[in-house]
Amino acid sequence: MNRRFFLKSGSIALASVGMSLSAPSFLERFVLGNTPGNSKRKTLIAIFQRGAVDGLNLVVPFGESNYYESRPSIAIPKPEAIDLDGFFGLHPSMSAFKPLWESKRLAIIHASGSPDNTRSHFNAQDYMESATPGLKSTSDGWLNRYLRSKQDSDQSLFRAVSMTKTMPRVLQGRAPAVAMSNLSDFAIRAGKSSENLQGGFEAIYAREMKDSLAGTGRETFEAVNYLKKANPAQYQPENGAQYPRNQFGTSLLQIAQLIKAGVGLEVAFTDIGGWDTHVNQGNSRGQLANLLTQFSSGIAALYQDLGQRMDDVVVLTMSEFGRTVRENGNRGTDHGHANAMFVLGNGVKGGKVYGQWPGLKSDQLYEGRDLALTTDFRDVFGEIATRHLGSTDAKSIFPGYSLSPSKFKGFLG
Amino acid sequence: MRKTVALILLFLLTQPIVFAQKHRSLTGDQRIIHVLNRLGFGARPGDVERVKAMGVEKYINQQLNPEKIADTVAENKIHELSVLNMTTAELYEKYPQPGQLLRQLQARGMLPEEMAAEAPNKNQNTPPANPLENEKNRKVIEEYYRENGLQRPQRIIAELQASRILRAVYSERQLQEVMVDFWTNHFNIFANKGADRWLLPAYDRDTIRPNAMGKFSTLLQATAQSPAMLFYLDNFQSVSPNENQRRQQRQRRGINENYARELMELHTLGVEGGYTQKDVQEVARCFTGWTIFQPRGGAAAVNAMRGEAGRRNPGTFFFNARVHDDGEKTVLGHKIPAGGGIKDGLTVLDILAHHPSTAKFIATKLVRHFVADTPPQSLVDRVAATFTKSDGDIRETLKTIFFSKEFNSTEAYRVKIKRPFELVISAIRTLGADTNGGPGTHRWMERMGEPLYGFQTPNGYSDAAESWVNTGGLLERMNFGLALANNRVQGTTVSLSKTNGEQAKVMDEYLKTLLAGDISAATREALLKQLERSDPAAKVVGLILGTPEFQRQ
Repeated sequence: MNRRFFLKSGSIALASVGMSLSAPSFLERFVLGNTPGNSKRKTLIAIFQRGAVDGLNLVVPFGESNYYESRPSIAIPKPEAIDLDGFFGLHPSMSAFKPLWESKRLAIIHASGSPDNTRSHFNAQDYMESATPGLKSTSDGWLNRYLRSKQDSDQSLFRAVSMTKTMPRVLQGRAPAVAMSNLSDFAIRAGKSSENLQGGFEAIYAREMKDSLAGTGRETFEAVNYLKKANPAQYQPENGAQYPRNQFGTSLLQIAQLIKAGVGLEVAFTDIGGWDTHVNQGNSRGQLANLLTQFSSGIAALYQDLGQRMDDVVVLTMSEFGRTVRENGNRGTDHGHANAMFVLGNGVKGGKVYGQWPGLKSDQLYEGRDLALTTDFRDVFGEIATRHLGSTDAKSIFPGYSLSPSKFKGFLG
Repeated sequence: MRKTVALILLFLLTQPIVFAQKHRSLTGDQRIIHVLNRLGFGARPGDVERVKAMGVEKYINQQLNPEKIADTVAENKIHELSVLNMTTAELYEKYPQPGQLLRQLQARGMLPEEMAAEAPNKNQNTPPANPLENEKNRKVIEEYYRENGLQRPQRIIAELQASRILRAVYSERQLQEVMVDFWTNHFNIFANKGADRWLLPAYDRDTIRPNAMGKFSTLLQATAQSPAMLFYLDNFQSVSPNENQRRQQRQRRGINENYARELMELHTLGVEGGYTQKDVQEVARCFTGWTIFQPRGGAAAVNAMRGEAGRRNPGTFFFNARVHDDGEKTVLGHKIPAGGGIKDGLTVLDILAHHPSTAKFIATKLVRHFVADTPPQSLVDRVAATFTKSDGDIRETLKTIFFSKEFNSTEAYRVKIKRPFELVISAIRTLGADTNGGPGTHRWMERMGEPLYGFQTPNGYSDAAESWVNTGGLLERMNFGLALANNRVQGTTVSLSKTNGEQAKVMDEYLKTLLAGDISAATREALLKQLERSDPAAKVVGLILGTPEFQRQ
């Protein structure tokens, strides 16, 4: 048995060695050590918009005449956009973000993304999640490398949770992480006999000491039992927060629930699809508008629900690439280059659009067609890893890149 | 002196366990179980006796020559999976992507009436943005697919996955299926990358299967020329940088190094195999022009419906000399002269297949798969030597493993943790359950984190448990066992004995069936306490399938 196996599957069991058998479980340690007020645990919630959202209709450069010339039927008219700073405006469907912008809790990084010129969804998502643009063979995701870069002596089973059916690329790697589409799935599921059978498995895994799987089994049931106590079905969001009633809303709601439960959540991930608007994208209303309503109202609900806890939480949104500046023959947009990212939290220096604006004149476009890139996504990720999550070794998270605070945009001070 | 003796005695008392266990050979019955677990997906009822009767070495030799084993049961089981026998062109015709089909219909003014009326601007005859999003359109499209004998593309991978499950469960050629699984993983491809969904049936049928036990160099070349790999690793769009600039700008194409890099790092030499970034660039130049004819099928579906034969063979390999970089290259110190055309790539494959790093890399992976997560170096060296001596003969290489003392030792016995595919198949086999291999069964592999053809990156699922055993996965393994024992896995039926005899006896009977009795005293005792009067079998089987012992092979 080598050491790494234990890191993956047995670290909690090892950490408990030396305590009496009735020592508090890892979760109890978190609850005890994590009472509001003295908590120093920071959490990142990363949200991936899969399919490449049209950043130019998300954060509209209404101060650019070229924007309107390039998009005769899908542009957002200036009076309809939510004015941010006299040059940029939010898509009108995102009114849920307006108060967050006004209270300076929402920062935007425009013209950001991957320097690689791929316009394949597959490759670009891969690069954004591995954070090694152009290099396919990186086997782990950057969030997993973050987890490994900062060993956590109180390592929780719920340190990294992805609310997705399978483990996303961004969290794959040697550090432990859990993926589930719903908290209620994290249980023995056998109808009426569930409890009885869980008891059976617990007895088996409690007795068997030699097999390394037994340690994993014991941790699993600790986690299962804790979640059961938290009772996901009965959860009531606070502060009047109303999540959208769909998978995305449920994922965010359950992330909020985990944060409040104090289970040691440090990195949460979820995704939302449907952004690949090649045909009939719509303008202030339509396909993209509907999706943006879901997107922004979900995040705003999460913000409201977490309330003061947002002091220690940062929400980051990303999408693999932007879309063409000019609309196509089907009143949609095709695969482009740079895009816009959102960063939200009480500790965020918001109310500002960060990053240099490259312009939309023909000769300013990337490869003659797309918004040019002025901020590498690794500078955004790196700033969050360093200044929010407190990584002291952020360089190791971004191999092959010279990460430097001088390139950080400063949205976290 | 006395002290020394005492120390020696103490040493002997504490050490022998380790020494004795090292390479202690397996008993006759253990060896049979071991062989059925590692050369196959576990013993069906009666298998142990069958192998015992014929002799285990004869069984191994038989498994090494699958072409001589009759396999009618498995063949019949997959008979109805029509995608398996279709050419890629036929798949494009019969399983079109709805969005692509609608665009092509629109371009020809052939949109279904209901949809043409729905389009926001009748002059443009634009189909709705996501035609499947609205209920009415979904019905129109469904009707259209039905009337024209078309099927949804998702069906292709579902059938391919079913064929893998059915063959693993029912085939007498168990080793062949293990090797198909091994190579499919070694030369991994992700079904959800663009056209790969249509290209994978041919990959399984024409690339992997016929070469799974042959020469490595043949297998390597087959993957290099397979449209599925050319698409997955982007080589199909890699063109010479010297090619006409204007054309390049229009198509935004150029040289693409993905395949070249993975070919060396993952398919042959291994990451420490001794190549440089310069080699990657040179290899990429050699493979420019290795591409796919109509990679996305062109307008195959529409052409077929109009009774027009499209261009021949969409989705097949071809060498496009026009975009090949024909200059001189140097690969791993070998000069490849200018003007070689398609021979450049073939030469590279030959150099790589015969490189000592490749022998070492493939030997390590095979030993890890068949023997232990941490492969014994002594065996790896011998296996690599056989690989080299036999010109990469996979059958000979395997033989070295199967007849080695390391493979046949207690150290290797039941130490490998089953991957989700292996767990599901072995549970079905040992219980003698019946399955249609459908999505109801495959879904469980997905829940455990390893759907077939569902691994995004080219390195494939790891064969070493440390990289994937985690709490969520373990929980799903237990849930799978319970679902299977209680007949809640859709498409799979298990009939457990209805004996209500002495409960402990029922339990021991199943411990024998499922684990050949290889269970720790602690686990057995815990199980005993769980027995119940009514229907003891379902509960006890569900629990046994979820024990740490059943997770291993």
